[in-house]
Amino acid sequence: MSVQVLNPSGNGNPLTAKDYATDQDVRWCPGCGDYSILKQVQTVLPTLGIPKEKTVFVSGIGCAARYPYYMNTYGMHSIHGRATAVASGLKAARPDLDVWIITGDGDALSIGGNHFIHLLRRNFNVNVLLFNNEIYGLTKGQYSPTSPKGKVTKSMPYGSVDHPFNPIALALGAEGTFVARSMDRDPKHLRDMLLAAHQHKGSSFIDIYQNCNVFNDGAFGLFTDKDTKDDHTLFLEEDKPLVFGKETKGIKLDGFKPIVVSLEENAADECWIHDPKDKIKASILSSFFEYDMNQGALPRPFGIFYKNDRATYEDLLAEQIEEHKKKDNTDLDKLLSGENVWEVK
Amino acid sequence: MKEININRSKKEVVILFAGDSGDGIQFTGGQFTETVELFGNDISTFPNFPAEIRAPIGTEAGVSGFQLKFGSVEVFTPGDQYDVLVVMNAAALKVNLHNLRPGGVIVANTSGFDSKNLKLAKYIDDENPLTNDSLENYEVHAIDISKLTKEALKDSGLSVKEIDRCKNMFVLGFIYWMFSQSPDNTIKFIQHKFKSKPEIADANIKALKTGYHYGETSETFTSRYEVKPAPLQKGKYRNISGNQATALGMVAAASHNNFELMYASYPITPASDILHELSKHKSFGVKTFQAEDEIAAVCAAIGASFGGSLAITGSSGPGIALKAEAMGLAVMLELPLVVVNVQRGGPSTGLPTKTEQADLLQMLYGRNGEAPMPVFAAASPKDCFDTIYEACRIAIEHMTPVVVLSDGYIANGAEPWRFPTSKDLKTITARRPDENDFLNDKFLPYERDEHEVRPWAVPGIKGLEHRLGGLEKELRTGNVSYNPENHQEMIRIREKKVNDIALDLPDQIIHRGNEGADLLVLGWGSTFGSIERAVKDLIEEGVSVAHIHLRHINPFPKNLESLLKSFKRVIIPEMNRGQLSKLIRERFLIDAISVNKTKGIPFSVEEIKQAILKYQDHVSTSA
Repeated sequence: MSVQVLNPSGNGNPLTAKDYATDQDVRWCPGCGDYSILKQVQTVLPTLGIPKEKTVFVSGIGCAARYPYYMNTYGMHSIHGRATAVASGLKAARPDLDVWIITGDGDALSIGGNHFIHLLRRNFNVNVLLFNNEIYGLTKGQYSPTSPKGKVTKSMPYGSVDHPFNPIALALGAEGTFVARSMDRDPKHLRDMLLAAHQHKGSSFIDIYQNCNVFNDGAFGLFTDKDTKDDHTLFLEEDKPLVFGKETKGIKLDGFKPIVVSLEENAADECWIHDPKDKIKASILSSFFEYDMNQGALPRPFGIFYKNDRATYEDLLAEQIEEHKKKDNTDLDKLLSGENVWEVK
Repeated sequence: MKEININRSKKEVVILFAGDSGDGIQFTGGQFTETVELFGNDISTFPNFPAEIRAPIGTEAGVSGFQLKFGSVEVFTPGDQYDVLVVMNAAALKVNLHNLRPGGVIVANTSGFDSKNLKLAKYIDDENPLTNDSLENYEVHAIDISKLTKEALKDSGLSVKEIDRCKNMFVLGFIYWMFSQSPDNTIKFIQHKFKSKPEIADANIKALKTGYHYGETSETFTSRYEVKPAPLQKGKYRNISGNQATALGMVAAASHNNFELMYASYPITPASDILHELSKHKSFGVKTFQAEDEIAAVCAAIGASFGGSLAITGSSGPGIALKAEAMGLAVMLELPLVVVNVQRGGPSTGLPTKTEQADLLQMLYGRNGEAPMPVFAAASPKDCFDTIYEACRIAIEHMTPVVVLSDGYIANGAEPWRFPTSKDLKTITARRPDENDFLNDKFLPYERDEHEVRPWAVPGIKGLEHRLGGLEKELRTGNVSYNPENHQEMIRIREKKVNDIALDLPDQIIHRGNEGADLLVLGWGSTFGSIERAVKDLIEEGVSVAHIHLRHINPFPKNLESLLKSFKRVIIPEMNRGQLSKLIRERFLIDAISVNKTKGIPFSVEEIKQAILKYQDHVSTSA
């Protein structure tokens, strides 16, 4: 991927991925999936035409949350679960900034679940990158709200009895306007998703499968290992049929029920054609998750599940302010005196 | 006909209007307030709402009240005991009678004392207090206000329900007559308010005039009073409540100094009115953010502050508890932030509509780690303006979160305010990065000036890119550091930064009395009015007593210690179990005596006087 564009900050030199790296040592474990995500973001950013000083990364707590320290932009490593809330205030105050939220499955979906859904519903124009490793890494290996039931961890040695969240379904339910999934092991796809997320005006959410090679190694092996990935991954593309398994299989809808068909017996264009504006179909796509767990039958979709334009919170707020600046009192002294004044002489 | 004793002159009068939530009590009280203010009286008011929004009609739980004290002298509080008790129903009498002074006046709406209302108010055997002898120590005026209003408006064309809603205007008209006040201001107000509904305006005005004339023509009344204007300081005045003053102070601090104001909050009693007031002032660029919860509110404010706004969050005790972690983050980030706590009775949900001062130690210490924050407290409704303005200045100029304490009593209470003009407002100047904040062309976000203030670098400026976070910072660079020496030094610096704020604040003054008096009453927050009045009265009686009231609780004013040590004895009245006392004793080794009240209601002047006399006595006998 070409990463060189003119540096919009004005010195004429093109920005490169290097410009976005800081002098701080990256402290993630060797082999962690976070490295790949950091690299893809650093690669994509210089292509966006946004000045470096207008870019802000906000994170909460967790392994992923160290991220802002490694980006030579403005940034804040806030507190657990609250990156979305901090970013909401920042974006409301400063719509001109390009705001990225770095979060994890514990940070966004457990302790910060409330802020996460409200950010999506308000549709701030920000990008939310969920580093989903289905485990608590920083606290050394407890199950997370995306860990599958039965997962054996330090905090559930006989297997977790928690039913996991489906992050895509949650984001759709929270009225997210851009909902996508990608993974650390597919850099090209991840870069595409980052670009698309950034282009979308509104809250863009990417559920990024990220391997924790220390506490949950291979959690996504089905989707990343050579032997299995073709049969278990489905890459969504707008206006294209849902096909997978090296184009040997496709998905059709039987009523509301997705079924796998062989492309030897069916033409590809008879398969389900992906329309990311269709929320009902997006919802069915999000539920492949359940079919997959229970039956092993359906592949896991990656790509943009749903995309829709809706006014952003910060624009509506700014519009209201402009409107009232025109028609209401703007004189501070008038405000202080109020309507009912009397004088003592 | 009895002789009407016109214009019995009074220095001060306390009135309580009480009735059902739906009786228009707050409106009635508000109108009376406006009228006597225009007339030139000093006044202090306090509304008393039921905790439930729509408590059952006619029950004790549903009684709403509006208390006011107005006078021809300086008025400090809404008063201890009522001189006049206006009750629209039996429950209102039952709940409030205990606080009517012996010989006081009762104005009662008799139709609110029918058997149904008596039952709802739980009068034993439905015995009507207006007709038995139980009120013989009071001057009772039992008037069938509902019936008289109905009669007066029978040709108005309004429905029975609409007519019934005019009865509060009858009462107001009658009270205007009783206190020799003109109804003209209220007539004007009604005309304006119901511009588009002339039939409603006419009916209200007619009810008002009928009540007024009823006073004139009725044979029942023997007393009419006059309260002359008070010798207030010259100038222009308006009425203001504490929450309103708090909101206006925020707008003033932002607008006068070219900051954008962001107020992020979650609805909570009794702080919500700040959000309501601010949300009206969009024309001043005010951004209000009603967050999904208390934590989101403070975090959004922190985000806005990082973005360069004057960022404020407000709540009450339970909400503040939720914000504690993020307040610690603000301490670590060293960003400007103002946190307003409009205190209420606690712990837990406690008494949402009642007042208390029990969050002082929470604000000082209720965070993990060594996390010092300046803590300021407002003393009266109008003082909320100056206090919040100063808090905004300190937050911005010293790069720190600042706490402002108010409480339900002054938040909802109101008084005349000689409002400032923008020319009277102090300038607030942020410490922006300068050439000294760089090392080899690299920006040092945690470089400091002599008072440990770091530069406020706002995103969007090239060359100042930096990362903040809750992890311990390295000196100067702000990078993450786990170095033991660095951590200890940063803790010392953050503490010194807050302590140095004392150098930027005025010396403590003595509000009343003289240095070296036998007894000092030391207060903070909303006890100001009661203490001030008690001390004033007792000084006039020759007692050697003084009053000092603290706005700045952290850091304490730099002259406070020497000032306190000049008095033989210090008593500290607080609506808690002795929180300021603990601080004063610990900090200055002064044997301060704590005087406590935790009933959800403010100290009366009388209670403060009793405390002064009790301990003053000890001083004289031991001397």
